[in-house]
Amino acid sequence: MELFINQVLAGISTGAIYACMALAVVMIYQAIDHLNFAQGEMAMFSTFIAWQMMQWGVPYWWAFILTIIVSFLGGILIERLLFKPLAKAPVLTNVAGFIALFAIINSVAGLIWDFTIKQFPSPFGSSPFLGSQLISTHQAGMIGVTVVLLIALFLFFRFTRVGLAMRAAATVPESARLVGINTSWMIALGWGMASAIGAIAGILVAPVVFLEPNMMGGVLIYGFAAAVLGGLSSPLGAVIGGFLVGIFENLAGTYIPGVGNELKLPIALALIITVLVVKPNGLMGHTVVKRV
Amino acid sequence: MTALLDIKDLRSYYGQVQALHGIEFHLKEGSMTALLGTNGAGKTTTIRAICNMVRSTGTIQFEGKPLMGKSTESIVRLGIAHVPQGRGTFTTLTVEENLQLGAITRKDTKVIASDIEKMYSYFPKLKERHTQQAGTLSGGEQQMLAVARALMLRPRLMLLDEPSFGLAPLIVRDLFGIIGKINREDKVSILVVEQNAQLALEIADQAYVIETGRIVMSGSASDIVNNEDIQKSYLGH
Repeated sequence: MELFINQVLAGISTGAIYACMALAVVMIYQAIDHLNFAQGEMAMFSTFIAWQMMQWGVPYWWAFILTIIVSFLGGILIERLLFKPLAKAPVLTNVAGFIALFAIINSVAGLIWDFTIKQFPSPFGSSPFLGSQLISTHQAGMIGVTVVLLIALFLFFRFTRVGLAMRAAATVPESARLVGINTSWMIALGWGMASAIGAIAGILVAPVVFLEPNMMGGVLIYGFAAAVLGGLSSPLGAVIGGFLVGIFENLAGTYIPGVGNELKLPIALALIITVLVVKPNGLMGHTVVKRV
Repeated sequence: MTALLDIKDLRSYYGQVQALHGIEFHLKEGSMTALLGTNGAGKTTTIRAICNMVRSTGTIQFEGKPLMGKSTESIVRLGIAHVPQGRGTFTTLTVEENLQLGAITRKDTKVIASDIEKMYSYFPKLKERHTQQAGTLSGGEQQMLAVARALMLRPRLMLLDEPSFGLAPLIVRDLFGIIGKINREDKVSILVVEQNAQLALEIADQAYVIETGRIVMSGSASDIVNNEDIQKSYLGH
């Protein structure tokens, strides 16, 4: 029983990271209807920026905040330079753009910081959380930060005018322009926010998976699985999907014979396919109600 | 007096196809103008061209300022509200959010709430349903929502594209009654595109008739109503 609880809690804490990645993916999907394959690499690059700042002696939380700001601006820059010109291009052109971005960021990170594995500090430490052996303080911290982030995003989209404008631009772009919303900048803003959320995910997961240019590969696939499971049109669904995938991954690794650590990744892929076949809208994705 | 809206030699294109062949007309401040014509005559294209939603050449001036080349959203910010064909409802958002979006560019945020109340007094059905997803409203209610959303901009000029389309006759009466009231009491100039010529001519003071991308007739609504050709082709007498 203790093993079970332990695995569930560990699942929730890695699930928090998947939830952040899924949230970033959904954010861009809502804005431009494409999956950002480079989301993980952008997060990895942000994490390196944070690491570099700390190497230069910037205190952890300052590095954290500055990295988020830099990532936000970086996300906007990527949209303006690369994806705004592709706005009317066919799907495949966009996919090629994402893959190019993936390759460029990955190689540039390797070029600057090389491919050796680096330690990344945790501000929460790794002692037992509240004296319990079930979960560490870092894991609890990951969950806490994700929950705070989710609440902040909810408040932003629900109660601010910019949040409302972003939702409007995502649902009916033409009508959004007709009420005077600059939809192009709303998309850029979505990229900036996705990039900033990815940075948080990267910084939180780096103490667990260690810092190196390929650290986000697996994480992003779980993030995709979470986003698909939760429904690509629902930020809340993405987060719930993230936690579910985290728990599922851990339990499958522990209890299904022969899965172990090595076969965890195919489980994420199997999950994506299953959801797409059985319930394409995901758990929380809305089927749009329309009357004519 | 300069015209509120002045359009000269407007030519619009969909790809290689030319839809408008040099439209010219103007709108007086405070007027209610109807743009009449059959299917495919170019009515919708004309008002889409005003908001730069179709590739066009020519000159369009609003209060003496040229609109050509400006983005749709910056044209809207000048005070031109456009109720598109098909209503353009934000279906997944609530009725109230739809109304707030109408006022999203306004700086006077304090009076937005009272403007929303005013819309509810025009359209009580919307108040009953203000927390509902807008996509669940009936066609008539969505049309009312679209008009209300446009008014939330506090526009100088409102462009209405086929407001009667797909609605039951009684609802259309109501809606046109309110549109007329908005024109008279709130001093919003209105350009309405309609296939239902009879209805439009009842509330309009000016009218233009458009055929295959050209204005073929213009005048006061009463002149147009009494014109024999118009009676034959548009009013079914």
